[in-house]
Amino acid sequence: MKNVASGKASPLLGLANWLPAKRSLISTGRWFSTTLLAIMVATTVALAADDHNPLAGDPKAAKAGEYEFRINCALCHGLGARGGGRGPDLTRAQKKHATSDAVMFQIINSGIPGTAMPANGTNGQGVGMTDQEIWELITYIRSVEVKAPAKPIGDATHGKELFYGDANCSLCHMISGKGGRLGPELTSVGGNRTVEAILDSVRNPSRRLAWGLTEPTKEFAQEYETVTVVTVNGKEIKGVILNEDHFSVQMMDTNEQIYLLEKDKLRSFQKSRESMMPKYDAAVLNDKDLGDVVAYLINVGGK
Amino acid sequence: MSVTSNCVALPCGCFQRPLRFAFFSAETRHLNRGDRREVPQRALRRAFGPRLLAALISFLAPCILLGPFACQAGAQVTFERLLNSAKEPQNWLTYSGDYAGRRFSPLDQINPGNARTLVAKWVYQTAGTGKLETTPLVVDGVLYATGQDDRAFALDGRTGRPIWLYQRQLPSDIRPCCGRVNRGFAILGDKVVFGTLDAHLIALDAKTGSVIWDVAAADYKLGYSFTAAPLAVKNLIVLGVSGGEYGVRGFIDAYDATTGERKWRFNTVPGPGEPGHDTWEGDSWKVGGAPAWNTGTYDPSTNQLFWPTGNPAPSNRGEGRAGDNLYSNSLLALNADTGKLNWYFQYTKHDEHDWDATQVPVMIDTGSKHLIVQANRNGFFYVIDRANGKLLSANAYGKITWSDGKDAEGRPVANQGAKPTLEGHTVCPGALGVTNWMAPTYDPQTGLFYVTAREQCDIFSTAPQPYEAGHAYYGSAYFPSDKAEPYWGALRAIDPATGQIKWEFRHPSPSWSGALSTAGGVVFTGDAEGNFIALDAQSGKALWHFEMGGEVYASPMAFAVDGKQYVAIAAGSAVYSFGLP
Repeated sequence: MKNVASGKASPLLGLANWLPAKRSLISTGRWFSTTLLAIMVATTVALAADDHNPLAGDPKAAKAGEYEFRINCALCHGLGARGGGRGPDLTRAQKKHATSDAVMFQIINSGIPGTAMPANGTNGQGVGMTDQEIWELITYIRSVEVKAPAKPIGDATHGKELFYGDANCSLCHMISGKGGRLGPELTSVGGNRTVEAILDSVRNPSRRLAWGLTEPTKEFAQEYETVTVVTVNGKEIKGVILNEDHFSVQMMDTNEQIYLLEKDKLRSFQKSRESMMPKYDAAVLNDKDLGDVVAYLINVGGK
Repeated sequence: MSVTSNCVALPCGCFQRPLRFAFFSAETRHLNRGDRREVPQRALRRAFGPRLLAALISFLAPCILLGPFACQAGAQVTFERLLNSAKEPQNWLTYSGDYAGRRFSPLDQINPGNARTLVAKWVYQTAGTGKLETTPLVVDGVLYATGQDDRAFALDGRTGRPIWLYQRQLPSDIRPCCGRVNRGFAILGDKVVFGTLDAHLIALDAKTGSVIWDVAAADYKLGYSFTAAPLAVKNLIVLGVSGGEYGVRGFIDAYDATTGERKWRFNTVPGPGEPGHDTWEGDSWKVGGAPAWNTGTYDPSTNQLFWPTGNPAPSNRGEGRAGDNLYSNSLLALNADTGKLNWYFQYTKHDEHDWDATQVPVMIDTGSKHLIVQANRNGFFYVIDRANGKLLSANAYGKITWSDGKDAEGRPVANQGAKPTLEGHTVCPGALGVTNWMAPTYDPQTGLFYVTAREQCDIFSTAPQPYEAGHAYYGSAYFPSDKAEPYWGALRAIDPATGQIKWEFRHPSPSWSGALSTAGGVVFTGDAEGNFIALDAQSGKALWHFEMGGEVYASPMAFAVDGKQYVAIAAGSAVYSFGLP
């Protein structure tokens, strides 16, 4: 393998990049009109023609799809599609986006705007897949799905009370515009993460942070690393990193104040992969209450 | 070519203004609407404006002063000019700037004292999206570069204004492995030549972008493609193929620059009866990979090409291809006229980690020693005797766990614990290597070799994937490892004499930028956060930086127009140029 690109442009831009050349429609001077036309034509064709998987249930296709999966998808979605550093476990997650094979085809081909899911072949992770290879991939994913996904056992109404009350989740996390800003926004987390992944994130909040960014997720750079700086005036500020390069850091402190700082003007700059989120062990939040909170997240995220 | 245009091409490059636009005004059909309005107006203004007399005098003066030889010498990019590229530091004539692969510019206006005053001079936004890996060429004020989806363009080096645009009509089923990218042109005579994602080699007229010839080198449907910049040597255009992810059989080709006729091919995987064929198990040689997807170097004193090759296929699975797998991951010394192999050195035998050895092999002469050095993707810095391919030293320049021993020749060898398994385990460096295709640079003034290093470890896994024509064939996957520290990167300055790292400039995440050294004592590089950075070549201290707003996947170069030094690099989907105010 040569090199891997980042998830560079947004998936939408990636689509615009891919379509005109894929359809060989570029002609100098008419680029914009052909691009628009190509997007319209390709979208129409894909939706009209690809309404079912021609390889559904074919074990040979599923095996070929497994190799495609290892090359193209496993980096984020894990070996066996059981979830990885960033992507959901596809064997169990609710697949809010991929409601049918046809929609799953579209998602694999075009990505999911606003998420780390890139369009086929645009992020440089693995290779661009042909239509047939995408169908093989879908056949594989369907073959590894757990037929009866574990339903969250819990009381979502009580979970919401805990989220905004005693469990203090909303001090740092926002759902549907309500809550804090220091931690990740959680409106959709229940729709694209498994129960196990959410439970683990609450019990071991630093684990994912320790992994760092991977090549295809660089466009979504916020890792919620903990940072402590001391300014030239001796003021200590602790918070999470919003973004960073060699020369500057953009951070939010625990009062949700944003600081834009030049590193060479700081007295000290310390990063940590220990999350600012406290470790919610069973003494802090027992299994039943945690189940209720997760039920609430699943409930919101599935909508 | 007319006398006037000969003079336009004078090395000092400062007399082109009145003529450039008149000359190109007929070629505006290639330009977009904005450009179409712009060029003739300016051409008329420039050609017939009040400055006509002054321009004519300044234009004729050097012809009188330097005589006809100087005028004619600048007319075409001859092999002689390529051999003597150091004599025209205002131009950047080959991918690496010279045949030795040093990526060193003799220009010295920008120095550690004034680098902090650097400013952006122009930005050229391509119409495409996605990354640019191109290194522009500059000849007599005109910049030539390639872009996404095999587009190409010529720009006014002072202003970034396009002179012509070219867009390849690619088939819909090409199989580029790692982005729809291209790394640049070779220039020879009046042609600029590049390889395409559908495995063609195309010569364009340098003045108009019109196709002069177009030859198919291989079947793109089997996964063959070109991404590297070719190298022009004598009257040949030399280029290696990409496609190690598809089980291609790699090759290096040479084409007649005048006609496009293929003059020789070196198959990097030997066929039956050829030496090295017995290093492949069964029929595995037929899909053995060993592509040559970067630009090699050339030693005129021995008429030898030094060309590096990539991974054996499938990249992360050795079962089924028992043996050393020649000439994968090797440095090949080829007779430039015939493509015959003089010697080879294999960096990684029977590779199972995708340790492509396609990094630029840089020729260094220290005293009586004629060396060729390479900072390899596998994390070792190799010093080789250029006369015979003998390994002189191999020292790690990044974190290594795949090898902890050396063979009798001093070559690092893989340890069994690093072998990829079905479920995978952690190996350093990660899947993308300590470095990759991004260009290193050697500065003869500091004697230091600068290379972008990526500190990451990954979980390598393998799978028994069968070969299927035209389908991705590496049967493997890699993952970030929770046992390793998060990825980071650095530009490192290596002393080739000792292999020791003299300094490093850290990046918060691994960079895909190459580096450029300059006679002014400034080294340039970029980072994944979008910065273009000037560093003191001696100390590695940051002198200046500029946020370009797009990740860097390219290597910088330098040129001069009107006697003023520029430094250019691609970032995001654009090409940027910088200079002193």
